Amino acid sequence: MATTPNKPAAAGKPVAGKQSKQGFVYLPLIAGWLVPGAGHFLLGKWIRGTLLAVSIIAMFVLGLAMQGKLYTSAQDILDMLGMAGDLGNGLLFFISRMLGLGAQPVETTVADYGTKFIVVAGLLNIIAAVDAHNLRTGRKSS
Amino acid sequence: MIHPSHFTAVLLFSLFASIVFGITMRDTPRRMFRYGAYCFILFVGSAIVLSWVMFLIAR
Repeated sequence: MATTPNKPAAAGKPVAGKQSKQGFVYLPLIAGWLVPGAGHFLLGKWIRGTLLAVSIIAMFVLGLAMQGKLYTSAQDILDMLGMAGDLGNGLLFFISRMLGLGAQPVETTVADYGTKFIVVAGLLNIIAAVDAHNLRTGRKSS
Repeated sequence: MIHPSHFTAVLLFSLFASIVFGITMRDTPRRMFRYGAYCFILFVGSAIVLSWVMFLIAR
């Protein structure tokens, strides 16, 4: 597909709209990590934020519903990578851990898919949070 | 607890990942939609092709 990548803004000159002029520059990044879509909500991107939130939360919940596992310890390299992905879910991960969800061992193929759904939801949430940060700094124009 | 078929899992995964890719990788709604649809077709298409390849290898 012949689509050009996003154009970067001139160095040090944010070009995003009125929403990016005030406040802590990393707030959309942190908020977007903690709550899927919140970074875009802070910037007034309501539709994008809603689509991101629905997609990421649905993927996380489906992963748990498929009896996927939440990584709780990092004993080898694969566990560490899985936990890094899970941590990308922000508060969803911590709340689920507190509620004891995703603690059962993986015994079926579908449960393994569920584990991957949870990890990928976290990675997608990090991408979404970085996108909100890029909108905030003007690296992404709109 | 839900137990979707493998193909349903592929469709769900592709749908959600494509939505996020479309929104984050492009900067206008039209291009977001086109890129999201492109990613979705590639996800599902590659899963079908690889499934057939593995089926034929396993025979």
